[in-house]
Amino acid sequence: MTVEVKVPLLPESVTDATLVSWHKAPGQSVQRDENLVDLETDKVVLEVPAPVSGVIKEIQVDNGATVTSGQLLAILEPGEVQAARPEAAAAGAAPAAAAAAAAPVAAMSSENAEKLSPAVRRLLEEHDIDPAQIGGTGKGGRILKSDVLEFVEKRVQPEAAPEEIPVEPVVHAPIVGQRGEHRVPMTRLRARIAERLVEAQQTAAMLTTFNEVDLTEVMALRARYKDAFEKKHGAKLGFMSFFVNATIEALRRYPAVNASIEGADIVYHDYFDIGIAVSSERGLVVPVIRDADRMSFADLENTIRGYGLKAREGTISMDDLTGGTFTITNGGVFGSMMSTPILNPPQSGILGMHAIQQRPMAVDGEIEIRPMMYIALTYDHRIIDGAEAVRFLVTIKESLEDPGRLLLQV
Amino acid sequence: MSRKFDVVVIGAGPAGYVAAIRAAQHGLSTACIDAWKNPDGSAVFGGTCLNAGCIPSKALLESSELYHRAQVEFKNHGIGVGELALDLATMQARKEGIVRDLSGGIGVLFKANDVTGLFGHGRLLPEQKVQYTPHDGEPELLEAEHVILATGSTPIELPSAPYDCERIVDSQGALSFDSVPERLGVIGAGVIGLELGSVWQRLGAKVTIVEAMDQFLFMADAQIAREAQRQFKKQGLDIRLGAKVQATEITDAGVIMKYDDEQGGHEITVDKVVVAVGRRPSTDGLLDPLAGVDVDERGHIEVDLECRTTALNVWAVGDVVRGPMLAHKGSEEGVMVADLIAGEIAEMNYDVIPSIIYTSPEIAWVGKTEEELKSAGVEYKTGTFNFAASGRAKAMDQAAGLVKFLSSAVTDEILGVHICGPMAGELIGEAVLAMEFQASTEDLQRTIHGHPTLTEAVHEAALSVDNRAIHAINR
Repeated sequence: MTVEVKVPLLPESVTDATLVSWHKAPGQSVQRDENLVDLETDKVVLEVPAPVSGVIKEIQVDNGATVTSGQLLAILEPGEVQAARPEAAAAGAAPAAAAAAAAPVAAMSSENAEKLSPAVRRLLEEHDIDPAQIGGTGKGGRILKSDVLEFVEKRVQPEAAPEEIPVEPVVHAPIVGQRGEHRVPMTRLRARIAERLVEAQQTAAMLTTFNEVDLTEVMALRARYKDAFEKKHGAKLGFMSFFVNATIEALRRYPAVNASIEGADIVYHDYFDIGIAVSSERGLVVPVIRDADRMSFADLENTIRGYGLKAREGTISMDDLTGGTFTITNGGVFGSMMSTPILNPPQSGILGMHAIQQRPMAVDGEIEIRPMMYIALTYDHRIIDGAEAVRFLVTIKESLEDPGRLLLQV
Repeated sequence: MSRKFDVVVIGAGPAGYVAAIRAAQHGLSTACIDAWKNPDGSAVFGGTCLNAGCIPSKALLESSELYHRAQVEFKNHGIGVGELALDLATMQARKEGIVRDLSGGIGVLFKANDVTGLFGHGRLLPEQKVQYTPHDGEPELLEAEHVILATGSTPIELPSAPYDCERIVDSQGALSFDSVPERLGVIGAGVIGLELGSVWQRLGAKVTIVEAMDQFLFMADAQIAREAQRQFKKQGLDIRLGAKVQATEITDAGVIMKYDDEQGGHEITVDKVVVAVGRRPSTDGLLDPLAGVDVDERGHIEVDLECRTTALNVWAVGDVVRGPMLAHKGSEEGVMVADLIAGEIAEMNYDVIPSIIYTSPEIAWVGKTEEELKSAGVEYKTGTFNFAASGRAKAMDQAAGLVKFLSSAVTDEILGVHICGPMAGELIGEAVLAMEFQASTEDLQRTIHGHPTLTEAVHEAALSVDNRAIHAINR
């Protein structure tokens, strides 16, 4: 009584997928729900779990092939399997699951900085790593020394470890002392990203305007209410909820920034679906917070955190990625001081957050050291004019420098 | 019209009374039944731990150690004590006073937390009903939403050395001798045998401990066990391994213990014999057959990881269920169950439970032994530090023993810490906390330890794992 393993139903906009690589071979035993194979689409990587425990009898499709919804992938012979953990294959150091999951996560306001053990602090400083990039596997999500060691190891050999991807043997480190070449075909995801970036650049009249924000007040609010917030809402109070709220206030005042061009029409959206750009192992993905204007601070923090986890685990779904009327991206976690983000078509605006730096500022005629962040707005000049873009950023700046404005909507 | 409670706990030892107090803290109406009766007939809370185990033995260990040190060490400090006199009656009275205070203290805690403490016998009936029979009264039916069984354990009897409660006694009897036996035989060199043997040896008895296993303290790390054995030998404790007692005979000259070892049969004559070969879970008279609570072949009440029995809303904790027979394990299980009953998320971490032996030097450990790591094929690194190099230990005149660390060679996570030495039972706390947080050896290396303290030995042993101890030569 064999069981068929088929390609899951692919969402509407996706016609086919590439079979990246099989994790099991014919004759090998699998546990129920163990991941058999990865399928890559334009937007996301899908896992195909084993529907039952058993032994793989036949594999119908090879690595690198293109597959469609419902296509037969493999045949399983069901049966009881010894309860060996799926990661047992990766003996010794890095458990395969943890390695697959430990992708750097950007754009998540990180609280990990607060609970670092001495060994972790030392390692982070030595390797110049932002703790926000590391997933903690210790008690309460704490980062353990082993988490950092694994991260460092993976950083040095990016694709070398657990996921056998014969189609793309990527080695990014330059080979010193040789003058050879290295030809590696782009992954499907990478190719699609490249396509869309060029499209954005060639279609829109993109300009970037800058400003800077003094985050003293936001940080003071956070320090004062952090514990109460966590206690009441069970969520950590980060920066993102403030930024999202400030952004929405600005989008309300300058609706062109929340609009998109369709043919000869400008489509104004009455809702606010804010995309938060996240860097995952496979590339940049932008999960969307729907109706962000209707969410409380706690809801925003939780949603963003949830996406961060999903990105790390590689489980962001198609639905999470579609739509979006505006995007926020944060290069600050990588140390970026200032940058010109590129638009996420068909959106007309994107806000770039950057690293917070303590800088000397003139405040009421005195020099004070303030936590400053440069913010950037890249906008489509076809429907947003310069003054609007500048005032949009000023609105965000003012809302963050005096959060009371958000409360009173002034 | 039977009394109804949210929770009825049967047993007021460290597992039971803690569970009862914790349940009451959650606002649950709680009753706690205990059947313990002292030899003088008085009913008290506290179970074995308080009345016949942990507490009285610690009291006697303390007293006997002071006596011993006065005799042997005080002169090193320039303190002359002349002719030392031992007043065993006073020593026992002090012990009993402490026990009384603490068991009375449980009564006070019960009152303060609104726990209904009931002296008498409890028997589990079907559907969470409990038959409560007071010591001198009529049975009463109690109804409960949840029942927690915490009836503990009793000493195992040896057919070859049956108790006569005078010459051949169990651990409880051994705590209450009214005179120091000239010659004392102890069957079993486990935790209890070693502690009791130590007490009477310090007070002047010639102690012979007979142990059936070939290996001394087989459950401990072998290096630590060897060190402990060396120390006990120095103290004059006669420990015979691989020796199985076949029979005992009570004569006018004393009790003859007949045992076999590799070399053949032997006989020794002692004045008293203490049987300390382990404890078995106690469920006698506890479970109505229709109550639906299963018991395994070793006599433990069968439970899952959350201490649920096979009967709905009936839980069991402490010595009566599987796992190390340690008071703190029972207490934490009691807390977990109370939290679960109150609808909270709770769990036990069985991997990080400290074990402590209160001999002198003390022995304590948490986590894996080197032997366990070897047989599991885990790559490890190790570090040790001798108390002989510890300033504090030398000042205290207790510089025997060592601290040993076992850490993962791959992730540096601390896998086990073993201590033989002064205050080992207290020092192990740091290791337990570190391991709960999955700390790496480096975390401990980078933590400041006060000077001059015994904890520095823990610090140095951690440093030694990476060959960077300061106060020892690294090899």
